[in-house]
Amino acid sequence: MVDQSIAGPAGMMARPAGDRSGRALLALAALAAGLVAVALFSLASGASDASALGVLRHWFSGAPADALSARDRVIIHDIRLPRVIMGVLVGAALAVSGAVMQGLFRNPLADPGLVGVSAGAGLGAVSVIVLGTTSLAPLTALLGPAALPLAAFCGGLAATLILYRVATRQGRTSVATMLLAGIALAALAMALTGMLIFIADDRQLRDLTFWQLGSLAGATWQKIAAAGAVILPALAAMPFLARGLNALALGEATAAHLGVPVQRLKYAAILCVSAAVGAAVAVSGGIGFVGIVVPHLLRLAIGPDNRYLLPGSALLGAALLLLADAFSRTIVAPAELPIGIVTAAIGGPFFLWILLRRRGIVDL
Amino acid sequence: MIELRDVSVAIGAKRIVSGIELEARPGEVAAIVGPNGSGKSTLLKALSGDLAYGGRIAINGREAAAMKPAEAAAVRAVLPQAATLAFPFTVREIVRLGLVGGRSGALAGEAERLPERALARVDLEGYAGRFYQELSGGEQQRVQLARVLCQVWAPVLDGRPRYLLLDEPVSSLDIRHQLMVMDVARDFAARGGGVVAILHDLNLAAMYADRIHAMHNGRLAAAGTPGEVLNDALIEKVFGCRLKVGALPAGGAPFVLPQSIVSH
Repeated sequence: MVDQSIAGPAGMMARPAGDRSGRALLALAALAAGLVAVALFSLASGASDASALGVLRHWFSGAPADALSARDRVIIHDIRLPRVIMGVLVGAALAVSGAVMQGLFRNPLADPGLVGVSAGAGLGAVSVIVLGTTSLAPLTALLGPAALPLAAFCGGLAATLILYRVATRQGRTSVATMLLAGIALAALAMALTGMLIFIADDRQLRDLTFWQLGSLAGATWQKIAAAGAVILPALAAMPFLARGLNALALGEATAAHLGVPVQRLKYAAILCVSAAVGAAVAVSGGIGFVGIVVPHLLRLAIGPDNRYLLPGSALLGAALLLLADAFSRTIVAPAELPIGIVTAAIGGPFFLWILLRRRGIVDL
Repeated sequence: MIELRDVSVAIGAKRIVSGIELEARPGEVAAIVGPNGSGKSTLLKALSGDLAYGGRIAINGREAAAMKPAEAAAVRAVLPQAATLAFPFTVREIVRLGLVGGRSGALAGEAERLPERALARVDLEGYAGRFYQELSGGEQQRVQLARVLCQVWAPVLDGRPRYLLLDEPVSSLDIRHQLMVMDVARDFAARGGGVVAILHDLNLAAMYADRIHAMHNGRLAAAGTPGEVLNDALIEKVFGCRLKVGALPAGGAPFVLPQSIVSH
């Protein structure tokens, strides 16, 4: 194996051997700084030459409004800024959800996209898009813009609950069953989604295709409000699961012996993941592999302690999604590639690489 | 005190354990012995809160089934038979998980380096930075014991005794570490805590246990001091094996008993 020494750099606060918290805190600080840099870069880059720096200078100086061209203001304030905020919300939600699911299933291969949770959420969202004006009209009228994220949440929750019931028996989760059940669930959700697409009209169809590939392009302040109202509370709640998830790494029985209310922890984790993934899928479609790539990279750097892994995943997930988005906007400018294609193109090979490294854990 | 009254455990429709009466007192080591499949682990799981049971199990007078996980974690720690780990934690990170409940009872000065102290107690000094998954089975078992010790570092907390529930604590250990782990258990009891341990080695049970409970087909076949329980008739009945207690091997063949230890 590679160098496994875990002593911090010399001169840092002395921590006992095997204590990686110092290194983890350092990494969190670096990730936070990195996210700010990426967000600024993302604000500044795009098909238009609108200067983010100019806008920032304008915001902070309190200069009169005409100091900035109206066009730049619109581009930054109404297009790029919502897109960046949406990218941060979605990236953080997907990455933290991946980390929490991996802790819950005690397996590094669990990911909302892989095991059908995103597909379930997608089915909920597509139902609202296609049936929102006909059979589900009373519901959409009642809930307004919250109908889409709520339907996605319900779809994700149903998928997660079914998956957990199928894959876990007497407190033990079978990896093979989990992955296979995920495939079956995803296929079922896709089939139902397919039926809805079949009855969709042409305008809905174009919306759906673009949405299914995953994109941050449609970011608006209204969508941010709807998704943020779900994602932010879920993100805020998940760090409270960290200690329990750490104990869960030793198995459900041992976690309970250590004083962790395991049943409550599991339900809270399932609820948070379904809410965060549902909201993320509702506004950005099928962006895959963030939830598996980000926690895996972080575990290599700072170890599996969820107290640092969860906030670290939020920061790195947000930063990586913004980078992928910047890439997808510029690679074929002035057109843009759906970001889901970019994350899948990076995530697919990465997933294979994890499988190769850990061959044997998926014993069928 | 831990008191079991007419305890029965069923898994599905199958009754694994029935009619168990058992007392484990603070200051004592209670051993549970018996053949494979006699219900020892099932009984310990009921006592640990993993399985539903019939009858009564009281820990310091409180019904075990009515305790919240945090309450139970403050009065007893459980060493499982085997533990698999999902992620690459270091040894120190595993041992530190014993402190999740926050009731180690360690004095202010000890708390900081408690994982290191616990590791030293199980002869794993200097292992804190190693990866758990890279250790041998016996070393992993001792890391788990160190984690358990962290959880109930003080054998008495708020004036009430605490308990170690050990499921085959020496099963993958060499003879030196078997003795060392049993010394840890005896020391825990000597300082006012209680110990319930499933043991397969009758000699270790005879050497360390204050009371031995012999199980057979899900029932208690005998209970008492080692002298009362370990006799030819009981061993034949429980283990289905005709052995002579205290007989030396014929013809001067070598044998090594843990009791013969001079010092370690």
